[in-house]
Amino acid sequence: MASIIEISGLTKRYASGFEALKGVDLTIEEGEIFALLGPNGAGKTTMISIICGIARATGGSVKVAGHDIVGDYRGARDAIGLVPQELSTDQFERVIDTVTFSRGLFGKPRNPAHIEKVLRDLSLWDKRNAKILELSGGMKRRVMIAKALSHEPRVLFLDEPTAGVDVELRRDMWKLIGELRETGVTIILTTHYIEEAEEMADRVGVINRGELMLVEDKAALMKKLGKKTLTVVLAERLAAVPAELAEWDVTLKGDGQEIEYIFDTQAERTGVSSLLRRLGDLGIGYKDLNTAQSSLEDIFVELVHQEKVA
Amino acid sequence: MSLSNLRAIAAIYKFELHRFRRTLLTGLLVPVITTTLYFVVFGGAIGSRMTEVDGIPYAAFIVPGLIMMAMFTESIFNASFGIYMPKFTGTIYELLSAPVSATETIIAYVGAAATKSLIIGTIIFVTAHLFVDVPVAHPFAMAGFMILIAISFCLFGFILGIWAQSFEQLQVIPMLLIMPMTFLGGAFYSVQMLAEPWRTITLFNPIVYLISGFRWTFFGKGDVAIEFSLIFVAGMLTVCLAIIGWMFRTGYRLKK
Repeated sequence: MASIIEISGLTKRYASGFEALKGVDLTIEEGEIFALLGPNGAGKTTMISIICGIARATGGSVKVAGHDIVGDYRGARDAIGLVPQELSTDQFERVIDTVTFSRGLFGKPRNPAHIEKVLRDLSLWDKRNAKILELSGGMKRRVMIAKALSHEPRVLFLDEPTAGVDVELRRDMWKLIGELRETGVTIILTTHYIEEAEEMADRVGVINRGELMLVEDKAALMKKLGKKTLTVVLAERLAAVPAELAEWDVTLKGDGQEIEYIFDTQAERTGVSSLLRRLGDLGIGYKDLNTAQSSLEDIFVELVHQEKVA
Repeated sequence: MSLSNLRAIAAIYKFELHRFRRTLLTGLLVPVITTTLYFVVFGGAIGSRMTEVDGIPYAAFIVPGLIMMAMFTESIFNASFGIYMPKFTGTIYELLSAPVSATETIIAYVGAAATKSLIIGTIIFVTAHLFVDVPVAHPFAMAGFMILIAISFCLFGFILGIWAQSFEQLQVIPMLLIMPMTFLGGAFYSVQMLAEPWRTITLFNPIVYLISGFRWTFFGKGDVAIEFSLIFVAGMLTVCLAIIGWMFRTGYRLKK
Protein backbone atom coordinates (compact mmCIF):
# COMPACT_ATOMS: atom_id res chain seq x y z
CA MET A 1 0.00 0.00 0.00
CA ALA A 2 1.20 3.53 -0.81
CA SER A 3 1.39 6.09 1.96
CA ILE A 4 -1.15 8.91 1.77
CA ILE A 5 0.02 10.93 4.77
CA GLU A 6 3.65 11.42 5.74
CA ILE A 7 4.36 13.29 8.94
CA SER A 8 7.93 14.06 9.83
CA GLY A 9 9.25 15.70 13.01
CA LEU A 10 6.01 17.58 13.58
CA THR A 11 6.16 20.00 16.48
CA LYS A 12 3.72 22.53 17.87
CA ARG A 13 4.67 24.99 20.59
CA TYR A 14 2.18 27.61 21.74
CA ALA A 15 3.13 31.14 22.75
CA SER A 16 2.71 30.08 26.38
CA GLY A 17 5.59 27.65 25.87
CA PHE A 18 3.35 24.58 26.04
CA GLU A 19 4.51 21.89 23.64
CA ALA A 20 1.46 20.17 22.20
CA LEU A 21 3.46 18.02 19.76
CA LYS A 22 7.06 16.94 20.28
CA GLY A 23 8.47 15.74 16.99
CA VAL A 24 5.82 13.33 15.74
CA ASP A 25 6.72 10.96 12.88
CA LEU A 26 3.90 8.98 11.33
CA THR A 27 2.97 7.44 8.01
CA ILE A 28 -0.63 6.55 7.12
CA GLU A 29 -1.25 4.03 4.38
CA GLU A 30 -3.88 4.66 1.72
CA GLY A 31 -7.13 2.85 2.36
CA GLU A 32 -6.56 1.99 6.00
CA ILE A 33 -8.50 2.97 9.09
CA PHE A 34 -6.09 4.46 11.57
CA ALA A 35 -7.21 5.10 15.14
CA LEU A 36 -5.37 7.71 17.15
CA LEU A 37 -5.86 7.14 20.83
CA GLY A 38 -4.85 9.37 23.68
CA PRO A 39 -6.14 11.06 26.81
CA ASN A 40 -7.46 14.63 26.80
CA GLY A 41 -4.78 17.13 25.85
CA ALA A 42 -2.53 14.43 24.37
CA GLY A 43 -2.19 16.29 21.05
CA LYS A 44 -4.66 14.35 18.86
CA THR A 45 -6.77 17.32 17.77
CA THR A 46 -3.69 19.55 17.40
CA MET A 47 -2.16 17.04 15.00
CA ILE A 48 -5.33 16.80 12.92
CA SER A 49 -5.74 20.58 12.95
CA ILE A 50 -2.23 21.06 11.56
CA ILE A 51 -2.70 18.47 8.81
CA CYS A 52 -6.00 20.07 7.77
CA GLY A 53 -4.74 23.67 7.82
CA ILE A 54 -6.58 24.92 10.89
CA ALA A 55 -3.45 25.29 13.00
CA ARG A 56 0.14 26.08 12.12
CA ALA A 57 3.03 23.78 12.90
CA THR A 58 6.06 25.11 14.72
CA GLY A 59 8.34 22.64 12.96
CA GLY A 60 8.43 19.53 10.83
CA SER A 61 6.60 18.70 7.66
CA VAL A 62 3.41 16.99 6.51
CA LYS A 63 2.54 15.66 3.08
CA VAL A 64 -0.96 14.60 2.08
CA ALA A 65 -1.30 12.61 -1.12
CA GLY A 66 2.21 13.77 -1.97
CA HIS A 67 1.42 17.46 -1.50
CA ASP A 68 3.10 19.54 1.19
CA ILE A 69 0.44 21.09 3.44
CA VAL A 70 2.16 24.50 3.31
CA GLY A 71 3.89 24.69 -0.07
CA ASP A 72 1.09 22.99 -1.98
CA TYR A 73 -1.83 23.48 0.38
CA ARG A 74 -4.44 23.30 -2.37
CA GLY A 75 -3.34 19.82 -3.47
CA ALA A 76 -3.15 18.62 0.13
CA ARG A 77 -6.49 20.06 1.27
CA ASP A 78 -8.23 18.91 -1.87
CA ALA A 79 -7.65 15.33 -0.70
CA ILE A 80 -8.93 15.93 2.83
CA GLY A 81 -12.37 15.83 4.40
CA LEU A 82 -12.62 16.88 8.03
CA VAL A 83 -15.28 16.23 10.63
CA PRO A 84 -14.22 18.19 13.71
CA GLN A 85 -15.03 17.31 17.28
CA GLU A 86 -17.38 20.23 17.92
CA LEU A 87 -20.80 20.34 16.29
CA SER A 88 -20.23 23.46 14.21
CA THR A 89 -22.97 24.13 11.69
CA ASP A 90 -24.82 27.01 10.09
CA GLN A 91 -28.02 26.54 12.03
CA PHE A 92 -30.30 28.45 9.65
CA GLU A 93 -29.16 26.71 6.48
CA ARG A 94 -30.98 23.80 4.87
CA VAL A 95 -29.16 20.48 4.89
CA ILE A 96 -28.85 20.23 1.11
CA ASP A 97 -27.65 23.83 0.82
CA THR A 98 -24.89 23.47 3.37
CA VAL A 99 -23.63 20.22 1.81
CA THR A 100 -23.71 21.77 -1.67
CA PHE A 101 -21.87 24.80 -0.29
CA SER A 102 -19.07 22.56 1.02
CA ARG A 103 -18.60 20.97 -2.40
CA GLY A 104 -18.31 24.42 -4.00
CA LEU A 105 -15.87 25.57 -1.33
CA PHE A 106 -13.55 22.75 -2.32
CA GLY A 107 -13.71 23.87 -5.94
CA LYS A 108 -15.72 20.93 -7.25
CA PRO A 109 -18.37 21.41 -9.96
CA ARG A 110 -22.01 20.88 -9.05
CA ASN A 111 -22.96 17.22 -8.82
CA PRO A 112 -26.49 16.78 -7.48
CA ALA A 113 -26.28 13.00 -7.97
CA HIS A 114 -23.27 12.73 -5.67
CA ILE A 115 -24.85 15.00 -3.06
CA GLU A 116 -27.98 12.86 -3.16
CA LYS A 117 -25.92 9.67 -2.74
CA VAL A 118 -24.05 11.10 0.26
CA LEU A 119 -27.30 12.25 1.88
CA ARG A 120 -28.98 8.90 1.23
CA ASP A 121 -26.00 6.97 2.59
CA LEU A 122 -26.21 9.02 5.76
CA SER A 123 -30.00 8.70 6.02
CA LEU A 124 -30.32 12.45 5.53
CA TRP A 125 -32.16 12.53 2.21
CA ASP A 126 -35.56 12.85 3.87
CA LYS A 127 -34.23 15.78 5.88
CA ARG A 128 -32.57 17.54 2.95
CA ASN A 129 -34.92 20.52 3.10
CA ALA A 130 -34.88 20.80 6.89
CA LYS A 131 -32.99 23.59 8.58
CA ILE A 132 -30.03 22.30 10.57
CA LEU A 133 -31.37 23.77 13.79
CA GLU A 134 -34.38 21.43 13.50
CA LEU A 135 -32.16 18.34 13.60
CA SER A 136 -31.09 16.22 16.56
CA GLY A 137 -27.44 16.15 17.68
CA GLY A 138 -26.86 12.84 15.93
CA MET A 139 -28.34 14.15 12.69
CA LYS A 140 -26.17 17.25 12.90
CA ARG A 141 -23.14 15.00 13.24
CA ARG A 142 -24.23 13.21 10.07
CA VAL A 143 -24.59 16.56 8.28
CA MET A 144 -21.00 17.34 9.20
CA ILE A 145 -19.89 14.00 7.77
CA ALA A 146 -21.94 14.69 4.62
CA LYS A 147 -20.21 18.07 4.26
CA ALA A 148 -16.81 16.41 4.64
CA LEU A 149 -17.69 13.80 1.99
CA SER A 150 -19.31 16.24 -0.42
CA HIS A 151 -16.09 16.84 -2.38
CA GLU A 152 -15.11 13.14 -2.58
CA PRO A 153 -11.99 13.27 -0.39
CA ARG A 154 -9.34 10.55 -0.37
CA VAL A 155 -8.70 11.01 3.35
CA LEU A 156 -11.37 11.52 5.97
CA PHE A 157 -10.50 12.81 9.42
CA LEU A 158 -13.03 12.01 12.09
CA ASP A 159 -12.23 13.76 15.34
CA GLU A 160 -14.24 12.00 18.04
CA PRO A 161 -17.03 11.11 15.59
CA THR A 162 -19.30 9.40 18.08
CA ALA A 163 -18.83 11.73 21.03
CA GLY A 164 -22.22 12.37 22.56
CA VAL A 165 -24.23 10.13 20.22
CA ASP A 166 -26.40 7.26 21.38
CA VAL A 167 -25.42 3.61 21.09
CA GLU A 168 -27.61 2.94 18.07
CA LEU A 169 -26.22 5.88 16.14
CA ARG A 170 -22.71 4.91 17.12
CA ARG A 171 -23.27 1.48 15.60
CA ASP A 172 -24.65 3.15 12.44
CA MET A 173 -21.60 5.36 12.31
CA TRP A 174 -19.26 2.39 12.58
CA LYS A 175 -21.16 0.73 9.75
CA LEU A 176 -20.84 3.86 7.65
CA ILE A 177 -17.11 4.11 8.32
CA GLY A 178 -16.73 0.47 7.27
CA GLU A 179 -18.61 1.22 4.05
CA LEU A 180 -16.45 4.25 3.38
CA ARG A 181 -13.35 2.13 3.70
CA GLU A 182 -14.80 -0.17 1.07
CA THR A 183 -14.81 2.76 -1.34
CA GLY A 184 -11.09 3.28 -0.75
CA VAL A 185 -11.28 6.31 1.54
CA THR A 186 -8.51 6.44 4.13
CA ILE A 187 -9.94 7.15 7.57
CA ILE A 188 -8.11 8.66 10.48
CA LEU A 189 -10.12 8.64 13.60
CA THR A 190 -9.49 9.93 17.08
CA THR A 191 -11.56 8.56 19.84
CA HIS A 192 -11.96 8.09 23.54
CA TYR A 193 -14.01 4.97 22.96
CA ILE A 194 -11.44 2.23 22.84
CA GLU A 195 -14.08 -0.20 21.64
CA GLU A 196 -14.46 2.03 18.59
CA ALA A 197 -10.81 1.56 17.66
CA GLU A 198 -10.97 -2.09 18.55
CA GLU A 199 -14.02 -2.53 16.35
CA MET A 200 -12.83 -0.68 13.27
CA ALA A 201 -9.15 0.22 13.13
CA ASP A 202 -6.51 -1.55 11.09
CA ARG A 203 -3.74 0.23 12.96
CA VAL A 204 -3.62 2.05 16.24
CA GLY A 205 -1.45 4.94 17.34
CA VAL A 206 -1.22 5.99 20.96
CA ILE A 207 -0.28 9.59 21.64
CA ASN A 208 0.36 11.08 25.04
CA ARG A 209 1.77 14.47 26.05
CA GLY A 210 2.55 15.29 22.44
CA GLU A 211 4.57 12.15 21.77
CA LEU A 212 3.54 9.21 19.66
CA MET A 213 4.19 6.33 22.02
CA LEU A 214 3.49 3.53 19.60
CA VAL A 215 2.00 2.72 16.23
CA GLU A 216 1.00 -0.85 15.68
CA ASP A 217 -1.21 -3.07 13.66
CA LYS A 218 -4.20 -3.51 15.97
CA ALA A 219 -4.16 -7.30 15.97
CA ALA A 220 -0.38 -7.40 16.45
CA LEU A 221 -0.62 -4.85 19.23
CA MET A 222 -3.17 -6.85 21.10
CA LYS A 223 -1.13 -9.97 20.60
CA LYS A 224 2.09 -8.31 21.66
CA LEU A 225 0.88 -6.33 24.60
CA GLY A 226 -2.23 -8.27 25.43
CA LYS A 227 -2.41 -10.19 28.63
CA LYS A 228 -4.76 -12.96 29.53
CA THR A 229 -6.49 -13.57 32.77
CA LEU A 230 -6.99 -17.13 33.97
CA THR A 231 -9.85 -17.59 36.41
CA VAL A 232 -9.89 -20.84 38.33
CA VAL A 233 -13.29 -21.59 39.90
CA LEU A 234 -12.54 -23.61 43.01
CA ALA A 235 -14.46 -26.61 44.25
CA GLU A 236 -14.29 -25.25 47.80
CA ARG A 237 -13.79 -21.76 49.14
CA LEU A 238 -10.39 -20.64 50.39
CA ALA A 239 -9.95 -18.27 53.31
CA ALA A 240 -6.61 -16.97 51.98
CA VAL A 241 -4.15 -17.55 49.18
CA PRO A 242 -1.83 -20.40 50.25
CA ALA A 243 1.79 -19.35 50.68
CA GLU A 244 2.80 -22.07 48.19
CA LEU A 245 1.15 -20.04 45.38
CA ALA A 246 3.13 -16.86 46.09
CA GLU A 247 5.35 -17.16 42.99
CA TRP A 248 2.29 -16.85 40.70
CA ASP A 249 1.02 -13.72 42.45
CA VAL A 250 -2.58 -14.90 42.24
CA THR A 251 -5.54 -13.02 43.70
CA LEU A 252 -8.46 -14.50 45.56
CA LYS A 253 -11.79 -13.34 44.18
CA GLY A 254 -15.48 -14.13 44.47
CA ASP A 255 -15.51 -14.58 48.27
CA GLY A 256 -12.69 -17.09 48.07
CA GLN A 257 -14.38 -19.13 45.35
CA GLU A 258 -12.04 -18.05 42.53
CA ILE A 259 -8.34 -17.63 41.96
CA GLU A 260 -7.32 -15.10 39.33
CA TYR A 261 -3.97 -15.33 37.58
CA ILE A 262 -2.79 -12.77 34.98
CA PHE A 263 -0.23 -14.05 32.51
CA ASP A 264 1.64 -12.76 29.51
CA THR A 265 0.68 -14.61 26.35
CA GLN A 266 4.05 -13.81 24.79
CA ALA A 267 6.13 -15.18 27.69
CA GLU A 268 8.16 -18.30 27.11
CA ARG A 269 6.49 -19.90 30.11
CA THR A 270 3.06 -18.63 30.91
CA GLY A 271 2.95 -20.40 34.28
CA VAL A 272 -0.53 -21.78 33.65
CA SER A 273 0.30 -25.48 33.64
CA SER A 274 2.66 -25.20 36.62
CA LEU A 275 0.00 -23.34 38.58
CA LEU A 276 -2.59 -26.01 37.87
CA ARG A 277 -0.10 -28.73 38.84
CA ARG A 278 0.67 -26.94 42.11
CA LEU A 279 -3.03 -26.62 42.88
CA GLY A 280 -3.32 -30.39 42.39
CA ASP A 281 -0.31 -31.00 44.63
CA LEU A 282 -1.93 -28.89 47.34
CA GLY A 283 -5.19 -30.80 47.00
CA ILE A 284 -7.10 -27.70 45.91
CA GLY A 285 -9.79 -28.93 43.55
CA TYR A 286 -11.37 -26.79 40.84
CA LYS A 287 -14.51 -27.17 38.79
CA ASP A 288 -14.00 -24.65 35.96
CA LEU A 289 -11.36 -22.61 34.14
CA ASN A 290 -11.84 -19.39 32.17
CA THR A 291 -9.42 -17.21 30.22
CA ALA A 292 -10.07 -13.66 29.00
CA GLN A 293 -8.01 -11.50 26.62
CA SER A 294 -7.25 -7.97 27.77
CA SER A 295 -8.91 -5.26 25.67
CA LEU A 296 -7.33 -2.39 23.79
CA GLU A 297 -8.55 -0.20 26.62
CA ASP A 298 -6.46 -2.16 29.14
CA ILE A 299 -3.45 -1.80 26.85
CA PHE A 300 -4.04 1.90 26.43
CA VAL A 301 -4.46 2.51 30.15
CA GLU A 302 -1.29 0.56 30.86
CA LEU A 303 0.71 2.49 28.28
CA VAL A 304 -0.44 5.85 29.58
CA HIS A 305 0.17 4.69 33.15
CA GLN A 306 3.71 3.60 32.27
CA GLU A 307 4.34 7.01 30.73
CA LYS A 308 3.14 8.77 33.87
CA VAL A 309 5.33 6.62 36.10
CA ALA A 310 8.33 7.24 33.85
CA MET B 1 -2.44 36.71 -5.95
CA SER B 2 -3.82 33.21 -6.27
CA LEU B 3 -7.17 32.79 -8.02
CA SER B 4 -7.66 29.22 -9.12
CA ASN B 5 -10.66 28.26 -6.98
CA LEU B 6 -13.36 30.44 -8.55
CA ARG B 7 -16.04 28.00 -7.44
CA ALA B 8 -15.13 28.68 -3.82
CA ILE B 9 -15.51 32.42 -4.41
CA ALA B 10 -18.93 31.80 -5.94
CA ALA B 11 -19.96 29.47 -3.09
CA ILE B 12 -19.02 31.95 -0.34
CA TYR B 13 -20.47 34.90 -2.25
CA LYS B 14 -23.81 33.12 -2.74
CA PHE B 15 -23.83 31.91 0.86
CA GLU B 16 -23.34 35.45 2.14
CA LEU B 17 -26.01 36.92 -0.14
CA HIS B 18 -28.35 34.13 0.95
CA ARG B 19 -27.80 35.22 4.55
CA PHE B 20 -28.69 38.76 3.45
CA ARG B 21 -31.90 37.49 1.80
CA ARG B 22 -32.89 35.77 5.05
CA THR B 23 -32.81 39.13 6.80
CA LEU B 24 -34.05 41.11 3.82
CA LEU B 25 -36.80 42.91 5.69
CA THR B 26 -34.57 44.37 8.38
CA GLY B 27 -31.58 44.60 6.05
CA LEU B 28 -33.38 46.93 3.65
CA LEU B 29 -36.14 48.53 5.68
CA VAL B 30 -33.96 49.73 8.54
CA PRO B 31 -31.64 51.90 6.40
CA VAL B 32 -34.60 53.23 4.37
CA ILE B 33 -36.56 54.16 7.50
CA THR B 34 -33.46 55.66 9.11
CA THR B 35 -32.78 57.75 6.02
CA THR B 36 -36.38 58.91 5.89
CA LEU B 37 -36.14 59.96 9.52
CA TYR B 38 -32.96 61.91 8.80
CA PHE B 39 -34.80 63.67 5.99
CA VAL B 40 -37.70 64.52 8.27
CA VAL B 41 -35.44 65.78 11.06
CA PHE B 42 -32.62 67.42 9.15
CA GLY B 43 -34.18 68.12 5.78
CA GLY B 44 -37.57 69.19 7.14
CA ALA B 45 -36.90 70.78 10.52
CA ILE B 46 -33.45 72.28 9.94
CA GLY B 47 -33.87 72.71 6.18
CA SER B 48 -36.77 75.07 6.71
CA ARG B 49 -34.41 77.42 8.57
CA MET B 50 -31.33 76.82 6.43
CA THR B 51 -32.52 76.77 2.85
CA GLU B 52 -29.16 76.55 1.04
CA VAL B 53 -25.54 75.49 1.65
CA ASP B 54 -23.01 76.76 -0.84
CA GLY B 55 -25.82 77.42 -3.32
CA ILE B 56 -27.29 73.89 -2.96
CA PRO B 57 -30.74 73.29 -1.41
CA TYR B 58 -30.10 71.89 2.10
CA ALA B 59 -32.28 68.81 1.62
CA ALA B 60 -30.30 67.89 -1.50
CA PHE B 61 -26.99 68.84 0.17
CA ILE B 62 -27.35 66.14 2.86
CA VAL B 63 -28.15 63.31 0.41
CA PRO B 64 -24.50 62.33 -0.34
CA GLY B 65 -23.72 62.43 3.39
CA LEU B 66 -26.71 60.23 4.17
CA ILE B 67 -25.72 57.69 1.52
CA MET B 68 -22.14 57.66 2.74
CA MET B 69 -23.20 57.28 6.38
CA ALA B 70 -25.41 54.30 5.56
CA MET B 71 -22.74 52.74 3.38
CA PHE B 72 -20.01 53.15 6.02
CA THR B 73 -22.21 51.46 8.62
CA GLU B 74 -23.56 48.71 6.39
CA SER B 75 -20.20 47.90 4.84
CA ILE B 76 -18.52 47.54 8.20
CA PHE B 77 -21.42 45.61 9.71
CA ASN B 78 -21.87 43.18 6.81
CA ALA B 79 -18.20 42.41 6.29
CA SER B 80 -17.34 42.10 9.97
CA PHE B 81 -20.38 39.94 10.67
CA GLY B 82 -19.65 37.76 7.63
CA ILE B 83 -16.26 36.62 8.91
CA TYR B 84 -17.00 36.92 12.64
CA MET B 85 -19.97 34.53 12.59
CA PRO B 86 -18.01 31.50 11.29
CA LYS B 87 -15.44 32.23 14.00
CA PHE B 88 -18.19 32.47 16.61
CA THR B 89 -20.05 29.31 15.54
CA GLY B 90 -16.89 27.35 14.78
CA THR B 91 -17.73 26.78 11.10
CA ILE B 92 -14.53 28.65 10.19
CA TYR B 93 -12.85 25.22 10.30
CA GLU B 94 -14.32 24.49 6.89
CA LEU B 95 -12.96 27.64 5.29
CA LEU B 96 -9.52 27.12 6.82
CA SER B 97 -9.35 23.48 5.73
CA ALA B 98 -10.56 24.16 2.17
CA PRO B 99 -8.22 24.76 -0.79
CA VAL B 100 -9.03 28.48 -0.78
CA SER B 101 -6.39 31.24 -0.89
CA ALA B 102 -6.49 34.43 1.18
CA THR B 103 -7.21 36.44 -1.97
CA GLU B 104 -10.17 34.24 -2.88
CA THR B 105 -11.51 34.47 0.67
CA ILE B 106 -11.28 38.26 0.68
CA ILE B 107 -12.86 38.64 -2.76
CA ALA B 108 -15.77 36.42 -1.75
CA TYR B 109 -16.53 37.93 1.67
CA VAL B 110 -15.73 41.54 0.82
CA GLY B 111 -17.44 41.22 -2.57
CA ALA B 112 -20.66 39.96 -0.97
CA ALA B 113 -20.61 42.60 1.77
CA ALA B 114 -19.87 45.36 -0.78
CA THR B 115 -22.76 44.15 -2.95
CA LYS B 116 -25.17 44.47 -0.02
CA SER B 117 -23.77 47.86 0.83
CA LEU B 118 -24.16 49.09 -2.76
CA ILE B 119 -27.75 47.83 -2.89
CA ILE B 120 -28.53 49.79 0.26
CA GLY B 121 -26.71 52.89 -1.00
CA THR B 122 -28.72 52.73 -4.21
CA ILE B 123 -32.00 52.29 -2.34
CA ILE B 124 -31.24 55.34 -0.20
CA PHE B 125 -30.37 57.31 -3.32
CA VAL B 126 -33.75 56.35 -4.84
CA THR B 127 -35.56 57.04 -1.55
CA ALA B 128 -33.98 60.50 -1.41
CA HIS B 129 -35.44 61.28 -4.82
CA LEU B 130 -38.90 60.82 -3.33
CA PHE B 131 -38.21 63.77 -1.03
CA VAL B 132 -36.02 66.06 -3.05
CA ASP B 133 -34.63 66.60 -6.52
CA VAL B 134 -30.95 65.62 -6.37
CA PRO B 135 -28.80 66.44 -9.41
CA VAL B 136 -25.82 64.20 -10.19
CA ALA B 137 -23.05 66.10 -11.96
CA HIS B 138 -20.76 63.09 -12.52
CA PRO B 139 -22.84 59.89 -12.53
CA PHE B 140 -19.99 57.54 -13.48
CA ALA B 141 -17.72 59.08 -10.87
CA MET B 142 -20.56 58.73 -8.36
CA ALA B 143 -20.95 55.01 -9.12
CA GLY B 144 -17.18 54.51 -9.04
CA PHE B 145 -16.86 56.37 -5.75
CA MET B 146 -19.65 54.31 -4.21
CA ILE B 147 -17.93 51.09 -5.27
CA LEU B 148 -14.57 52.23 -3.90
CA ILE B 149 -16.11 53.31 -0.60
CA ALA B 150 -18.05 50.05 -0.30
CA ILE B 151 -14.91 47.98 -0.89
CA SER B 152 -12.73 50.10 1.41
CA PHE B 153 -15.15 49.97 4.33
CA CYS B 154 -15.91 46.29 3.76
CA LEU B 155 -12.17 45.60 3.97
CA PHE B 156 -12.10 47.61 7.19
CA GLY B 157 -15.09 45.62 8.47
CA PHE B 158 -13.38 42.38 7.50
CA ILE B 159 -10.39 43.38 9.63
CA LEU B 160 -12.72 44.13 12.54
CA GLY B 161 -14.43 40.77 12.12
CA ILE B 162 -11.13 38.91 12.32
CA TRP B 163 -9.91 41.03 15.22
CA ALA B 164 -13.11 40.89 17.30
CA GLN B 165 -13.39 38.22 19.94
CA SER B 166 -16.85 39.19 21.16
CA PHE B 167 -20.00 40.85 19.84
CA GLU B 168 -19.15 43.88 21.95
CA GLN B 169 -15.79 44.29 20.21
CA LEU B 170 -17.58 43.92 16.90
CA GLN B 171 -19.75 46.93 17.73
CA VAL B 172 -17.33 49.16 19.57
CA ILE B 173 -15.42 50.71 16.65
CA PRO B 174 -18.43 51.37 14.36
CA MET B 175 -20.45 52.84 17.22
CA LEU B 176 -17.78 54.73 19.11
CA LEU B 177 -15.49 55.79 16.29
CA ILE B 178 -17.03 55.66 12.82
CA MET B 179 -20.48 57.01 13.72
CA PRO B 180 -19.20 60.13 15.59
CA MET B 181 -16.56 60.76 12.91
CA THR B 182 -19.27 60.61 10.24
CA PHE B 183 -21.53 63.05 12.09
CA LEU B 184 -18.57 65.38 12.60
CA GLY B 185 -17.26 64.78 9.09
CA GLY B 186 -19.66 67.04 7.25
CA ALA B 187 -22.52 64.64 6.55
CA PHE B 188 -25.06 67.31 7.50
CA TYR B 189 -23.08 70.51 7.05
CA SER B 190 -20.26 72.00 5.08
CA VAL B 191 -16.90 72.22 6.82
CA GLN B 192 -16.65 75.76 5.41
CA MET B 193 -19.53 76.72 7.74
CA LEU B 194 -17.43 75.99 10.85
CA ALA B 195 -15.51 78.67 12.69
CA GLU B 196 -11.79 78.32 13.42
CA PRO B 197 -10.20 76.35 15.06
CA TRP B 198 -12.96 73.71 14.49
CA ARG B 199 -12.64 74.02 10.75
CA THR B 200 -8.93 73.12 10.84
CA ILE B 201 -9.50 70.42 13.46
CA THR B 202 -12.24 68.86 11.32
CA LEU B 203 -9.82 68.53 8.42
CA PHE B 204 -7.95 65.88 10.48
CA ASN B 205 -11.04 63.71 10.26
CA PRO B 206 -10.54 61.37 7.26
CA ILE B 207 -14.29 60.96 6.83
CA VAL B 208 -14.44 64.63 5.72
CA TYR B 209 -12.47 63.74 2.58
CA LEU B 210 -14.72 60.78 1.76
CA ILE B 211 -18.00 62.65 2.14
CA SER B 212 -16.59 65.68 0.35
CA GLY B 213 -15.43 63.53 -2.57
CA PHE B 214 -18.82 61.87 -2.89
CA ARG B 215 -20.56 65.23 -2.65
CA TRP B 216 -18.33 66.47 -5.48
CA THR B 217 -19.73 63.73 -7.77
CA PHE B 218 -23.22 65.16 -7.12
CA PHE B 219 -22.68 68.89 -7.19
CA GLY B 220 -19.24 69.32 -8.78
CA LYS B 221 -17.87 70.86 -5.58
CA GLY B 222 -16.90 69.73 -2.11
CA ASP B 223 -15.17 70.85 1.08
CA VAL B 224 -11.79 69.66 -0.20
CA ALA B 225 -10.38 69.01 -3.66
CA ILE B 226 -11.50 65.72 -5.25
CA GLU B 227 -7.83 64.69 -5.65
CA PHE B 228 -7.42 64.66 -1.86
CA SER B 229 -10.54 62.54 -1.51
CA LEU B 230 -9.25 60.00 -4.01
CA ILE B 231 -5.86 59.89 -2.24
CA PHE B 232 -7.65 59.12 1.04
CA VAL B 233 -9.72 56.33 -0.51
CA ALA B 234 -6.63 54.85 -2.17
CA GLY B 235 -4.74 55.14 1.12
CA MET B 236 -7.50 53.42 3.04
CA LEU B 237 -7.67 50.60 0.48
CA THR B 238 -3.90 50.09 0.63
CA VAL B 239 -3.69 50.10 4.42
CA CYS B 240 -6.66 47.71 4.79
CA LEU B 241 -5.26 45.30 2.20
CA ALA B 242 -1.86 45.37 3.90
CA ILE B 243 -3.40 44.60 7.31
CA ILE B 244 -5.55 41.77 5.93
CA GLY B 245 -2.56 40.35 4.08
CA TRP B 246 -0.61 40.32 7.33
CA MET B 247 -3.54 38.70 9.17
CA PHE B 248 -3.70 35.83 6.68
CA ARG B 249 0.07 35.42 6.52
CA THR B 250 0.39 35.12 10.28
CA GLY B 251 -2.99 33.46 10.89
CA TYR B 252 -3.80 36.25 13.37
CA ARG B 253 -6.95 35.24 15.27
CA LEU B 254 -7.78 32.81 12.49
CA LYS B 255 -5.45 29.91 13.11
CA LYS B 256 -4.14 28.48 16.36
